[in-house]
Amino acid sequence: METNALELKAITKRFPGVLANDRVDFQLRKGEIHALLGENGAGKTTLMNIVYGLYHQDAGEILVNGAPVAIRDPNDAIRRGIGMVHQHFMLIPVFTVAENIILGTETVRHGVVLDRQTASARIRALSHQYGLDVNPDLLVHDLPVGVQQRVEIVKALYRQADVLILDEPTAVLTPQEAGDLFRIMRELTGRGVSIIFITHKLKEVLEIADRITTLRAGRVVGTVTPAETDEHKLAAMMVGREVILTVEKQPAQPAAEVLRVEHLRVLDERKVPVVNDASFTVRAGEVLGIAGVQGNGQTELVEALTGLRAATGGKITLLDQAVTNQPPRPIIERGVAHVPEDRHKHGLVLPFPISDNLVLCTYYQTPFARGWQMDYAAIDANARERIRDFDVRTPSPFIPVESLSGGNQQKVIVAREFSRPIKLLILNQPTRGLDVGSIEYIHRRVIEWRDRGCAVLLVSAELDEILSLADRIAVIYKGRILETLNAVDATREQLGLLMAGVTQTPAAQ
Amino acid sequence: MAQSSESPFARRALNLVRLGFNELTVPVLAVVTALVVGGLVMLVAGGDPLLAYLGLWEGAFGDAKAISETFVWATPYIFAGLAVALAFKGGLFNIGAEGQLAMGAVVAAWIGYALPGVLKIELPAFIHIPLAVLGGAFAGGIWGAIPGWLKAKTGAHEVINTIMMNYIILLIASFLLNGPMKDPNPLNVIARTPSIAESARVPRLLPDLRVHWGFVFALGVVVLVWWLLYKTTVGFEIRTVGTNPNAGQYAGMNVAWITVLTMGLSGALAGLAGTIEVTALNYRHELSFSLGYGFDAITVALLGKTHPVGVALAAILMGAMRNGATRMQFLTQVPVDIVSVIQSLILLFVAADVIVRFLFRIRTPKQGDAMMTRGWS
Amino acid sequence: MSLPRFAFILLTVGAIIATAVVIGGAQLPAALILVSMIRTTLQVATPLTLGALSGVYCERAGVVNIAIEGMMLLSAFFGFVASIYTNQAIAGTEITPTSTALSLIVGVTVAILIGGLSGAFHAALSVTFRVNQIISGTVINILAIGLTGYLNRQLFFQGQVPHAPGVLPTIHIPVLADLPVFGKIFEQQLIAITAIVLVVLTHFVLFHTPWGLRTRAVGEHPRAADTVGINVFKMRYANTIIGGMIAGLAGAYFTLESVPSFEPLMTNGRGFISLAAMIFGGWTPFGAWAASLVFGAAQALQINAQGFGIPVPSQFVGMLPYILTMIALTGIVGKTSAPAADGIAYEKTGG
Repeated sequence: METNALELKAITKRFPGVLANDRVDFQLRKGEIHALLGENGAGKTTLMNIVYGLYHQDAGEILVNGAPVAIRDPNDAIRRGIGMVHQHFMLIPVFTVAENIILGTETVRHGVVLDRQTASARIRALSHQYGLDVNPDLLVHDLPVGVQQRVEIVKALYRQADVLILDEPTAVLTPQEAGDLFRIMRELTGRGVSIIFITHKLKEVLEIADRITTLRAGRVVGTVTPAETDEHKLAAMMVGREVILTVEKQPAQPAAEVLRVEHLRVLDERKVPVVNDASFTVRAGEVLGIAGVQGNGQTELVEALTGLRAATGGKITLLDQAVTNQPPRPIIERGVAHVPEDRHKHGLVLPFPISDNLVLCTYYQTPFARGWQMDYAAIDANARERIRDFDVRTPSPFIPVESLSGGNQQKVIVAREFSRPIKLLILNQPTRGLDVGSIEYIHRRVIEWRDRGCAVLLVSAELDEILSLADRIAVIYKGRILETLNAVDATREQLGLLMAGVTQTPAAQ
Repeated sequence: MAQSSESPFARRALNLVRLGFNELTVPVLAVVTALVVGGLVMLVAGGDPLLAYLGLWEGAFGDAKAISETFVWATPYIFAGLAVALAFKGGLFNIGAEGQLAMGAVVAAWIGYALPGVLKIELPAFIHIPLAVLGGAFAGGIWGAIPGWLKAKTGAHEVINTIMMNYIILLIASFLLNGPMKDPNPLNVIARTPSIAESARVPRLLPDLRVHWGFVFALGVVVLVWWLLYKTTVGFEIRTVGTNPNAGQYAGMNVAWITVLTMGLSGALAGLAGTIEVTALNYRHELSFSLGYGFDAITVALLGKTHPVGVALAAILMGAMRNGATRMQFLTQVPVDIVSVIQSLILLFVAADVIVRFLFRIRTPKQGDAMMTRGWS
Repeated sequence: MSLPRFAFILLTVGAIIATAVVIGGAQLPAALILVSMIRTTLQVATPLTLGALSGVYCERAGVVNIAIEGMMLLSAFFGFVASIYTNQAIAGTEITPTSTALSLIVGVTVAILIGGLSGAFHAALSVTFRVNQIISGTVINILAIGLTGYLNRQLFFQGQVPHAPGVLPTIHIPVLADLPVFGKIFEQQLIAITAIVLVVLTHFVLFHTPWGLRTRAVGEHPRAADTVGINVFKMRYANTIIGGMIAGLAGAYFTLESVPSFEPLMTNGRGFISLAAMIFGGWTPFGAWAASLVFGAAQALQINAQGFGIPVPSQFVGMLPYILTMIALTGIVGKTSAPAADGIAYEKTGG
């Protein structure tokens, strides 16, 4: 029997309060693509960080080419031929591609001087050999995400990796770019590289993997081949029960127009236009889904709509009144609720108690304040009520919100935002990183509010979420709304193409 | 309905006691550790720490006069400590208390000695004193608000700007006190203003002691700042913006305005420190500038855990040490500067509480609260 | 370092010197004023340049250093103490050429070591204990004031104090120093010349060696550096210690090059000005140097103002660099930005 490129035996890793990996066994054969499937928080990344020497297992053994090895830090991993492309790229934006690639394994001239020329030449050769097009002399922050990912792969190959770990590599790619990545992965395995492919996307797994190992709550559920399984079986392995991937809902009853966006233009921090001439409307009683690959202007679009970022052109009309470039407060007071993309950055004040976070937007209104003075009795009462109504699991309303789990933190935000008289609900990636239970709960609440006549704008990079919640779907690509479809008519393939910028009519220029 | 054991008041009271106890542990042990290490320094340098600390205690609390002097010393520390603590609550590092203090002192002195002449009227004390005090506070506030405004508008870091403004006010004061505002008394050779009018002088509390109503005023301001921070909407905004400015913006708070306001209030508090020194103690402003007060204020604020009541306690401790040091030097020949060494050790052990927690085997709490400014951006 | 910023800085230096020449030209020959101004500028900019370089090393590695002031003061004191006791040990109450040379060498070495030691202390607090770095710096600053003040009084206010051996020699740079009129500019003392050498060396190290690449990586994105096997803690410690040693050399300037004596608080805020110069200069060695020259030139003008009969109160000249720094910070004259991870303690998330 051929030895495995990498083998893990009974790896256990405990974090305070969590058993992240529980006696995990895993074998990677030479030249295979082995998918590691699991929900967010299942322990996939922890396991791979152990293999790469960023964490240390509490128990268990790692074997490389059949021999047990100790991996104390990334240097050990690199020396054993293990390379890892992290979900959040480990690239330094202000460095060139070449500087990023050689960092840590620099070659020198005259004993001390960085040898950039030789490095560049080697990088060009490597990228030519594997069909990975990268220019070593460009600065990384000028590169699109897809190219940055290629830089990461070249970085691993430059260190002569023959085991490559790809952590959620398709999260930031269009289906078409993902196709390119899969082609590169095949090219690599053809040349003897073995690949661990971490994901929670079932379709991709079935498309590319030779074998699939599923993790759930830190344990291996099983290892299968694509031939002996299908999406439903994988999903069941992943979450431990048959999941209802659709939300039960009646057809929408759209009423009056609540939000009208016309020719909106927004710049990002680098003054690059990221929302370009976007136009759409949302009516009361319907969910408009904005589908698109991450980083196509969704963040900036939502920030412009909620007053967090200035628009450089166009018009936003809310309930027949222009609100373009108004600060957040008047927009909130007109009845806009916002579940932000990054709950830690915008949605919560982590060290503050839950009760204070529940009045973050209304602390100055009656009954929570009288004039200057805050009324903490009213704030406490409100907290108890919200926690009960929204099923926030907490020992007390007064503990810091940061001590709650991600799902409960998101429920605090939802409890706060859904508890005002609202006309428009803006949700940006509302269920990212949450457990299935919380996702179902939040989805049900959204539909509930739609049916009460609220207009809902849902931005999500998860096509499944869009398809199950939205009544109409607008596809955003490079800051433009390419097309708006009725959800019932939309197909996954059609949306995928649009998300890659491919339109049937080549008019949208 | 709420049961008695669950009543918000009882729970809050209980929490407060528990919190107070936990919060006090580290600062108290930090002071103890600093005194021990300071003693070792004295031993190495050939002094007698026990004798020195005895002198320090006697000088600080030995008799009524000593206690009075301790309160006199503590007064500016209370104001300046509150200034730094308030800024910390707002997520800002005000290293410019020194400059704001000087600004307040210059303006208060001018109002004190020159304003009646300029207006050509006699000002009664109940108008003149508040005018001088508030004028100085306002001037300090402006001096603090400028770096706040620059931060809000351009993102320029307040640490560097407050340091720069310390030097600028030093030079302005040096110009004024050597020129237009110099005490014209022919016997005067130093850079100082004339004495302020009797009507601008804050009265003393007791006949034969120097402790003055400014100390009582300082304690009142402690309560005021506590109320502002924890009981008002503005305080909620300051703390929210200070902990997570993005969340503040998301919640519809005017982050830029809150930043300017926080620095302005912080500057005003520091300005009061200078003002009270002029109107209640020295009755003039003299040019003696060092980064001393600014640094002391940081120590006081951190030792007081940035809580107004904690700041008051820390300020009295600092006042006691500075006051007692003179007596200590007189009795034991240990230089007063040892107090600065001890002070830096206190700051060290408060800031690096890991060390104290390790020494005394105290559990580390899950999370601290204030997010302090880090780096330059 | 953006080009407009660099041009702005150099123009300012030129303008300050030109002001002196124009105003003072009525009484004295222009060339004399020019030479005197440039020479003084270079002299007084020395501790600022070194302090700013100290900051460049620390902050490029991601450690904010507002303790430059304290490090300078500690080194100035201990360097001075070491030099006088060395002299006493060698020559008693005499001062001989040999004793001077030896005690100055010992003094400078001790100053650098003390600087390195305080750098290590700063690194321990901010890298290992993850104390807020501005607070950690403040601890060192207060400690320096207290400790030097205390020991100064304890050591020198009673009994016999050993004699100071003098100051470091002036180097006569070959060829350049022989130029007519302008030759004077190239007669500088040892640390002044070393400072300029260090500017060039630091630029080379940061931008053309693996060490520099790793240092900058650790200051920009420590986790990325960690994933390619770079020891973030080691790099931060090493650079903070190097930074401390350079601040130590700046301290030596005060008591072993400028004047042969120690005064409490004698650094007089120049550590903070260095910090401003480093930020003004966009975290680059040449930028930091140029910005130090602005402060130096303003100080030179202040020093020479009376001699040249310049009518502006010296305080207003002195204010100029502070105001310029504040203007520079607003980003009006070319935007620069701090290393992305500057001031943020690195924490490995695993165990």
